[in-house]
This record gives sequence, C-alpha cells and structure tokens, in this order.
Amino acid sequence: MHETDMTKALILTVKDWLSEQSGHPVVERIHLTVGQFTCVEPASLQFAFRAQVQGTFLEKSDLVIEETPLLAFCHPCQQEYRPEIGLQYACPVCQSPLEDILSGRELKINRVEFSQPTSV
Amino acid sequence: MHQTFDATLEMNLLHANQHGADKNRAQLDSWGITCLNLMSSPGSGKTQLLEKTLQQLNSELQMAVIEGDMTTQLDAERLRRCGVPVIAINTGRACHLDSRMVAGGLLQFANEQQPNEFDLVFVENVGNLVCPAEFEVGEHAKVALLSVTEGEDKPLKYPIMFREADCLLITKIDLAPFLEIDIETIVANVRQINSKADIFLVSAKTGEGLDHWLDWIRQKTPASCC
Repeated sequence: MHETDMTKALILTVKDWLSEQSGHPVVERIHLTVGQFTCVEPASLQFAFRAQVQGTFLEKSDLVIEETPLLAFCHPCQQEYRPEIGLQYACPVCQSPLEDILSGRELKINRVEFSQPTSV
Repeated sequence: MHQTFDATLEMNLLHANQHGADKNRAQLDSWGITCLNLMSSPGSGKTQLLEKTLQQLNSELQMAVIEGDMTTQLDAERLRRCGVPVIAINTGRACHLDSRMVAGGLLQFANEQQPNEFDLVFVENVGNLVCPAEFEVGEHAKVALLSVTEGEDKPLKYPIMFREADCLLITKIDLAPFLEIDIETIVANVRQINSKADIFLVSAKTGEGLDHWLDWIRQKTPASCC
C-alpha cells in the first residue's frame, strides 16, 4: 500500500502550501495527474485519501485524479504509438524497444481549487 | 460570500521522497561512495548474490550493506558473516525502502564507521517487484534481479521495475535445464522495455557469470581503478 505513503506526502504538501496563503482558504478540490505507466492505482489512492483526511482540514475536499495513457515515440518510424501494458511495449510497426515515453509516467499534484470568504 | 480560486502547484507527488534521495546521494558523493540499489521479488536470490559478491570483492573494495526487510534480521546476519558492516532496516508494514529510511541507515552507518574509508554501499531493498521501482533512495544505479524460476513474463507484467533498471541479473541459471524456460525470451521481454540495461546471466551457487557482474561493479566504483 504505497498509496498510503503517497497520500501522506500529498496531505503534507497541501498543508505546506496552505500555510503560505493569506486569509482562510478552504480547499475544495485537489487535482492530480497519475500516469497509467506508474505503480499507482487511482482507486487505492482515492481510498487512502478518504481514510486519511477524516477529521482534518481536508475532510470536505475532493480528490480529482486524471489518468494519462502510456504514449511512446518510435524514433525509426518517427511516430507516436500506444504500447499495450502487459502485452506489447515495442513499436508495433518496426519492433523497436520502448524508448521515449511521451506520457504515462506522471505522478503530479497539478492544482488546488480553494475558496476564500469575501468581505462584503 | 465565498469566492473560488485556482492555484497551480505542478509538483511531483513523490517530491518529498525525491528530495530525500537527492540528499542521500549528495551525502554518499561527499564520502566518495557508490551506492547500488538491489531490487527483485522475494526469493530471487538477492542475499545469496550479495554474499558471493562481498566475498569476492572484499580484498579490493571497502563495502557495506543497508539491508531492508519487513521483519527479522535474518538476511542482515547472513551478510554480517561476510565481514562487512550491515545496517538493518525493518520497514514494518511498508513494502519498500524510501529515502527517509535510507537516510536513517546512512546516519547510523556514519556514526558506527568511518564513511570516508568506504567505496561501495549496497542497498538490498524489500523483496517486491512493484513499489521499490518508484521510490529512489539515493542510489547511483538500480540493479534488478529476476530468477529463472519466476517465469519469462515478469518483465511484461512488472514493466516499471525492468524499465528503471540500469543492470539486470538473470539469476539461478543453474536451474534453467530443469525448467521449461527460455532465457532468450526473458531477455527479449526485457529488451522491449529497456534497450540500455546491462544484462548478465548468473548463478550465485555455481559462480557462473559472476565475473561479468563483478566487472560491472568495478566500472561503477571509481575507487576500484586507483
């Protein structure tokens, strides 16, 4: 369950960020990007997040996870292709090994949506 | 009234671990130590390979081991018999070593030894083909092991580990004649994902192929050429 560790790191990062903001911002949504070619399972991350934020400043916040597909670039063919994870990683046309990964390795905290009470 | 805002963070989810790994590497560099991170599934032969490696390089290099296991000191005790300092880290429920645990191990190592006198530190990671691949600990190179008894398909099923490896050791090759396994298929499956890793076929039991692995270590360890 390394998703638990990652969630802890995520909460700490957001907490640090929040402490640098002025006023009393309330975190509404945290947006993550998780690539399909990582060791992270979005459902486990979501589960770990819900369990760990109970009773904290993030209890009412949503975690939004965007998954990015594995996309590779084949140099001999000068073309993008989509490797099939578990089956075929080499270029389906020329069989060159998986070299450059264009997307799918992301593990990123993208942005935070938050609200601020406004003085009327 | 509430107003909604958006803030861009663009931060790596493993930022804290990566930062710790970079610090560990800088610390190792300051001591002139090369660090190799050994990773594989449980039972693929990491500890036996290390025993043979330590015995054979003992006269050339000053070595130490940071030994990660969920529980017990069994492996650490085996390696201490090879005459090198071994720092044991029990990860408890965690399925991999992270940079914070290894930082603790390095601190203990520095307290007990003269780190400047050492050339090489092996990190024996927790047996697991999944998570250790995502958690850098400050190593200079990643070494993955795959034993012939595990099957040809593992590089396809656990691609991140084999993608990240700088060196792959196919272990227990003395058992290959007794199994329906094709080593060329293992290599081809690894090559689909990783065209650059150095691949060696070894048997820690018979010693077959170990010379190539030992030469690879010597190349990675600047101290060995002086």
